[in-house]
Amino acid sequence: MDLQTASQINDFLAAFVLLGAFGMLTQKRIYSLIHLFAWQGFFLSVNIAIVAYAAGRHHLYISSILTLSLKVILLPYILHTLVVKLKIRKEAETLVNIPATMLIGIALVIFSYYLTAPVTELSRLITRSTIAVALATVMIGLLMMITRKHAVTQIIGFLAMENGLFFAATSATYGMPLVVELGVALDILIAAFIFGIFFFHIHTTFDSLDVEQMTRLKEGD
Amino acid sequence: MEGIIVEILQVIVLIGLAPLFAGWVKMLKCRLQGRTSPGLLQPYRDLAKLFSKDIVLAENASWIFRFTPYLVFGTVIIAGAVVPMLSTDLPLSLTADVIVLVGLFGIARFFTALAGMDIGTAFGGMGSSREMMVASLAEPAMLMAIFTVSLLCKSTSLTRIAEVISSSGFIAKPSLAFAFLAFVLIAIAENGRIPVDNPATHLELTMLHEAMILEYSGRHLALIEWAGMMKLFLFMAIGSALFFPLGIAATDNIAGIPKALVFLIMKLGAAGVVLVLIETGLAKMRLFRLTEFLGGAFLMATLGMLSFFILE
Repeated sequence: MDLQTASQINDFLAAFVLLGAFGMLTQKRIYSLIHLFAWQGFFLSVNIAIVAYAAGRHHLYISSILTLSLKVILLPYILHTLVVKLKIRKEAETLVNIPATMLIGIALVIFSYYLTAPVTELSRLITRSTIAVALATVMIGLLMMITRKHAVTQIIGFLAMENGLFFAATSATYGMPLVVELGVALDILIAAFIFGIFFFHIHTTFDSLDVEQMTRLKEGD
Repeated sequence: MEGIIVEILQVIVLIGLAPLFAGWVKMLKCRLQGRTSPGLLQPYRDLAKLFSKDIVLAENASWIFRFTPYLVFGTVIIAGAVVPMLSTDLPLSLTADVIVLVGLFGIARFFTALAGMDIGTAFGGMGSSREMMVASLAEPAMLMAIFTVSLLCKSTSLTRIAEVISSSGFIAKPSLAFAFLAFVLIAIAENGRIPVDNPATHLELTMLHEAMILEYSGRHLALIEWAGMMKLFLFMAIGSALFFPLGIAATDNIAGIPKALVFLIMKLGAAGVVLVLIETGLAKMRLFRLTEFLGGAFLMATLGMLSFFILE
């Protein structure tokens, strides 16, 4: 596999990561959301492995495996069990309707393209063209957190954002130092557990995971 | 001179084979759903039956109603002369690029919608308004998908696009993949297939296209149905020209046309299988979810265009 092919496959996978982000943005069903999140993680981990191969950075293999085990297997599993245990059947509600969210997402992609254009020109890495996609993935994750009312979908948005950050690190600088990546991975894992506990508490207190219910926390109601 | 022969040949192939393709799709669908199929040639028999019947015309039908079937049939034939199905040696393609092609389909749709409202029945108006809703969402997505391919090939002429893509061999580009996905979704919507519309239904709540042409009978109906079959055939041919131009004969290669015909039939056969799998696997969508479906098509096409700028 020469650099040209590697860069082409890299572009394709980047496009799939972005497609996954958009899929999550527009998907209402919670199980499909979790599946899409797992797929995005899968594309990301393959992408990191290819960058590791093409650039000869062996520590990236470890972060690829880390992504695969954490974001493709463990986190979706935890989320899935949570959803099953909390018996979340309802489709996730959105604040803005789906087509409008799509258009905002497209605008965000264009925005991040303009934002990263100077960086891309300076970079000499084979992954330079995917920086814009990585930033767009972060922003779409953020958009998802803003437009969803449901706590679980907001968490998925947060994790998708983290996927984007990982992707950005790989495409801008061939990844962060291994210690940092391990630390981040551990953080994510701990965060997922804490979210899990919070979900249970929110669910037992409000009988719902709709975060709008939390306005009831105010005193004097 | 050769170009004109190719042109005529293409139109004959379009007119002649379109019902066969429709029959193929119907037959596969029947087989897949465990029913006995009426056979590959049933669309021809249907058309022959309709042509032999008298026309029942409403008293208040205006010239638009009588004129529309011929216009629809005509525009589809002109479109068939522009799309490189067999060869890229098409003199007419100089006069009409892919934007004009979308416009041609637009004219046909506009007049069908007018004809739907012409008699003044409730169904016709309902069908027209639904069809226009679908069109207003599908056309931008269609143009966007086509522009993505045009950017890649630096031309909006379909013959030129087919030449560029077939000469550069297999192009693995994300923009092309996205444009193709968008095109598949749009082709489903434009031809009124499941999950957007059910071509076999006459249930008033679910009809889109059928509601508009409910008042037609006899040879008018035959022409419209035939045009519908040709449109489906053409969309498959456009897809093959834009994304898989394998086997389409180059200019000055009139000997390559029989081979091109074999390739075309094989591609159409495969496309029919995919279409039937989609139609059998999915249920018809609620009308108000169509915005999401076609918004998805628009999203794909736009992502294709963006990834052309970002990634390539």
